[in-house]
Amino acid sequence: MRLIRLILLCLIMPAAALAQSFEEIARALPEGSYDDRADRVSALASSGDPRAEALLTALVGGDLAVLKSDGRLVIVTDGSATDALSGDPAGSVTRRDVTPVRVNNNLRGHVRAALGTLGLVAESPAARTRAAAQVEAAPDPAQLSALEAALSRETDTKARDALEIARASVLLVAPDATPDERAEALALIAERRGAAAQVRIRPLLSDPALKDAARTALADIERAEALRGWGLTLWQGLSLGSVLLLAAIGLSITFGVCGVINMAHGELVMLGAYTTFMVQEVIRTHAPGLFDWSLAIALPLAFLVTAAIGIAVERGIVRRLYGRPLETLLATWGVSLILQQAVRSIFGPNNRQVGNPSWMSGSVEVLGLSLTWNRIWIMLFALAVFGFLMLVLRRTALGLQMRAVTQNRAMAAEMGIRTGRVDALTFGLGAGIAGLAGVALSQIDNVSPNLGQGYIVDSFMVVVFGGAGSLWGTLAGAFTLGIVNKLAEPLAGAMLAKVMILIFIILFIQKRPRGLFPTRGRAVEG
Amino acid sequence: MKLPSLTASLLSALIGTAALAEDTSEPIKVGILHSLSGTMAISETTLKDAMLMLIEQQNARGGVLGRKLEPVVVDPASDWPLFAEKARELIAGDQVAAVFGCWTSVSRKSVLPVFRELDSILFYPVQYEGEESERNVFYTGAAPNQQAIPAVEYLMDQGVERWVLAGTDYVYPRTTNKILEQFLKDRGVADEDILINYTPFGQSDWQTIVSDIKAFGSTGKKTAVVSTINGDANVPFYKELANQGITAEQIPVVAFSVGEEELAGIDTAPLVGHMAAWNYFQSVDDPANYEFIDAWHKFTGSDKRVTNDPMEAHYIGFNMWVKAVEKAGTTDPDKVIDAMVGIEVPNLTGGKAIMGKDHHITKPAMVGEINAEGQFDIVWESEGEVPGDAWSDYLPGSKDLIADWTDPIRCGNYNTTTKTCGGAETTASN
Repeated sequence: MRLIRLILLCLIMPAAALAQSFEEIARALPEGSYDDRADRVSALASSGDPRAEALLTALVGGDLAVLKSDGRLVIVTDGSATDALSGDPAGSVTRRDVTPVRVNNNLRGHVRAALGTLGLVAESPAARTRAAAQVEAAPDPAQLSALEAALSRETDTKARDALEIARASVLLVAPDATPDERAEALALIAERRGAAAQVRIRPLLSDPALKDAARTALADIERAEALRGWGLTLWQGLSLGSVLLLAAIGLSITFGVCGVINMAHGELVMLGAYTTFMVQEVIRTHAPGLFDWSLAIALPLAFLVTAAIGIAVERGIVRRLYGRPLETLLATWGVSLILQQAVRSIFGPNNRQVGNPSWMSGSVEVLGLSLTWNRIWIMLFALAVFGFLMLVLRRTALGLQMRAVTQNRAMAAEMGIRTGRVDALTFGLGAGIAGLAGVALSQIDNVSPNLGQGYIVDSFMVVVFGGAGSLWGTLAGAFTLGIVNKLAEPLAGAMLAKVMILIFIILFIQKRPRGLFPTRGRAVEG
Repeated sequence: MKLPSLTASLLSALIGTAALAEDTSEPIKVGILHSLSGTMAISETTLKDAMLMLIEQQNARGGVLGRKLEPVVVDPASDWPLFAEKARELIAGDQVAAVFGCWTSVSRKSVLPVFRELDSILFYPVQYEGEESERNVFYTGAAPNQQAIPAVEYLMDQGVERWVLAGTDYVYPRTTNKILEQFLKDRGVADEDILINYTPFGQSDWQTIVSDIKAFGSTGKKTAVVSTINGDANVPFYKELANQGITAEQIPVVAFSVGEEELAGIDTAPLVGHMAAWNYFQSVDDPANYEFIDAWHKFTGSDKRVTNDPMEAHYIGFNMWVKAVEKAGTTDPDKVIDAMVGIEVPNLTGGKAIMGKDHHITKPAMVGEINAEGQFDIVWESEGEVPGDAWSDYLPGSKDLIADWTDPIRCGNYNTTTKTCGGAETTASN
């Protein structure tokens, strides 16, 4: 009946028919294959109906649903539904009262492209830039006229640039563009470099008119990309190195001064990460505004918590076992298991959510390299911790005593240094640094009871390679291993790269048993 | 001679009552063999809780054969040899009627000889690499043809032409990727369009691999990552993808080991739009599922606890076992094993699970996209249920093999061309 009425209406009132069909198309959105539905999305977007944008935005966000009770199409926000077509409120609903309209990545991409065309007329320049980028990601010749209209009235430079790139991308795939237009578009896109430009240009190699221009453009881009690739590997190596440095530096101190292989070092790192989690939990419930400061608050707390545990372990267990390396090894390993299971019992075995503050998310472009902010901050932080330790060792009384004990324990004791106290404080300092490392690692790794296990072996390799007790050795060792690892990884795969590093260290130790920067300490004298 | 005969009859009557009494009042013990500590506790603890809930529900319904069920929980502590010891303790010591347990393939392989020797029953609830069918084991998780292959087919439908097969370096990813590689090649995908990559357990530095994937995916052909990366290593992987600006619309990742439980408690923002393939999602719109979720929330006392695919597998396996015991009229493993084949129980997705002759069950295949709430929006599901295939058709060694535990074959690796049992020694060992 409805169909007949619709046809009749179409015949009588063409203008009304358009509005009718908008609703018909919208109601058909949940049905059929993803391809059919993509066509419907295009039809909705090009209908010019003011409701299209809200409808499609809801579809992309997964908020569009069908009411089970009466089959109405609704937009669900925070548990209350509004009719998607009339805009009338449709009461509050739970997840179980509605069938969500399915949307997958492809359809979402399609809707975004359609919304992009809609967004080109948005109020704010940033929204228009975003819309242009969306068009560029999925260029469609049908959008050309909308782009040109937008370009003609665009005043913002940034949005204008984005629109021009988008227009060029569309021109390259438009069948009816003139050769001149296409050559111009090619030049514009080639300037941008990067993988995205390669993708746009590569199909043009089969175009007789643009073949040569495309080939030179591609060769240029490839050269730049190769250089960029080396830069990227170096950066990744340094960034891995800084993570290793953070994890290993505390270990290096305890190993160097006390001669103790602290197997629980990884667990102290894990406790630092859990401290961050606790701080964020408190901030989330009591002061959400402070979230960006959570890491700064967590740092001193993590240091204190882990340093206290470190001192307790030293006074309670390790002190009684000095001079018996095998027993300390086993005892600290036992401590690591206890700490792990304690955390598992208190916090549960699941990963805990530690959020990234806004200033640690995303990436920044430097010389064509996209460097992620969390890695940049961790590298700076690692260097800051290194500097802090240097200061402690060189400029404080404790540092002086530590160095004395490292070099000659007996003589230091005879000079009146309370070596037992120095041992405890050193152990505490090393543990505290592990806690600081935990705060940083919570930003790039899972916060789970197993967090520490992943780092303990790598840390040992760094310490052994760099030379126990030598900060400079740890620094050099961490960055060398990081870079070597990243150079080997593309050649051999992540698994083999690790094996290669291990063999490399074994061979190196044969040549220089005390590492890169040997120090005289109890650990190496024995 | 009156007295002795009286005594004898009294005795026999006593014994009789005793035996009867044991039958009706002694509870039936059910073993639960899941790690509650160690690395696997993250996944397995939930399954222990789910089993306790199922047993409690069954007892509320009056138990099985008029007897109550009694759970016996042991902790194999993510230690593979300990799994075998604990299994022996359950079967020989506690005399359990059946065991529900294991997660990793290596733990399953570790307990197999024990179940064979002591002739008991194991219900294994996790998706695995296939290439195995044992008389004493019922596989309620997915075989590769119920999870991996349908997911790849869905992506092919979505226009994906280039494939990254990324996995953690152990038996499940290696075997699954071998099957997928052969499958892709059979479908005409060229060698240079497949990139295979393995990483160690707990990998946390994904910079190089993500850069490689980015480069691999920038040829203009639609690229997808098929991930058999093990639980914990996933989060840093997705974070790195997001940080390097790769969205799910550009290069989607479909994972076979990431479920609701793994997503619980992590920031899902960088994961939105990436996919997982399972046979059940908590978001399935079905009354039986809602009932299960409500019961789970009530049992755990928290409406934040999620349900996941291996839990559904235990739900199906447990109900099948109850039905088989009732059909056999006894908990004797031999009789229950024979009664199991052909048992039919409803699953939580609105269909039916049927136990096949190869001890694998029918399951619907599903693909879901991760949403901002840490749940999955189902974007595709198979029409009806797919029977599990123990021996993959895509591997040269197992193509001709079938498993059939009914007469007259009664064999876990029967070669259909040579008509012999034990046709292959290809069982992927640990």
